[in-house]
Amino acid sequence: MVVETMNGRKQLDEFRLGSLDAFEALFHAHQAAVYRWILRMVRDVGAAEELTVESFWRIYQAHARFNPERGFEPWARRIATRAALDWMRRQRPSKESSSDAIEMLPAAVVADPAVTAEIRAKTLVALSRLPAKLRIAAMLVVVEELPQKEAAEALGISVAAVKVRVFRALRLLRKDLERQGIKP
Amino acid sequence: MKQNSEATPGDETVMKLLRQSVGRIGNDHNDVAPTRDLWPTLLRHLDKRQTAPWFDWALLAGVAVMVAMFPAAIPVFLYYL
Repeated sequence: MVVETMNGRKQLDEFRLGSLDAFEALFHAHQAAVYRWILRMVRDVGAAEELTVESFWRIYQAHARFNPERGFEPWARRIATRAALDWMRRQRPSKESSSDAIEMLPAAVVADPAVTAEIRAKTLVALSRLPAKLRIAAMLVVVEELPQKEAAEALGISVAAVKVRVFRALRLLRKDLERQGIKP
Repeated sequence: MKQNSEATPGDETVMKLLRQSVGRIGNDHNDVAPTRDLWPTLLRHLDKRQTAPWFDWALLAGVAVMVAMFPAAIPVFLYYL
């Protein structure tokens, strides 16, 4: 165990110095976790794979700024969150009822069957219309039920700012749903 | 909402609707993984991106030459930035 920890630390130090071998080892150790983290925000399998590659590219470019004392995963999460946010900002919001992205999710992740298809579709459309920074906060805190502190660390903002974003996201969602004829 | 004491009953309903419509992935789905090993793609990405600065420098040099030869084009160039 001690040897493993020492190897891990050595690997992080080597990565910081730009070793491609250390980076490859870190990539294989963390690729699935980073992919899952991104999927939790973007809900699109193809985009999550693309963004995992983009995140690790950014991670490699920033290797000199990495602080091994603070651990690899939280740092990778922050970079992946930024990449996901940039991707969301490039997406056009849905104008009509569509749940294509959600249909692409693995079978293990399913919506509650108690919600009718129409309500679900309208909720997803309203969600897609939210500004990216509000949508990502809502996805992490409300849907994924992540502690606000963890969401704040990943987003690089304060806990208070996370609360404000979630609050604003809920208000905008509510207004949008009302406009679509759903009274929450 | 556990994390936000200021949430109204309406907000609670929206949160419930959101959770029911989207579905939580969580961090414990070990079967949720990329459909393929992404390392080869990343390697190609690294190689491709490493060549990009040459194009950037060439573009910058072209712009500098253009500005030196046609200073009147600066406002037009700034307009399109």
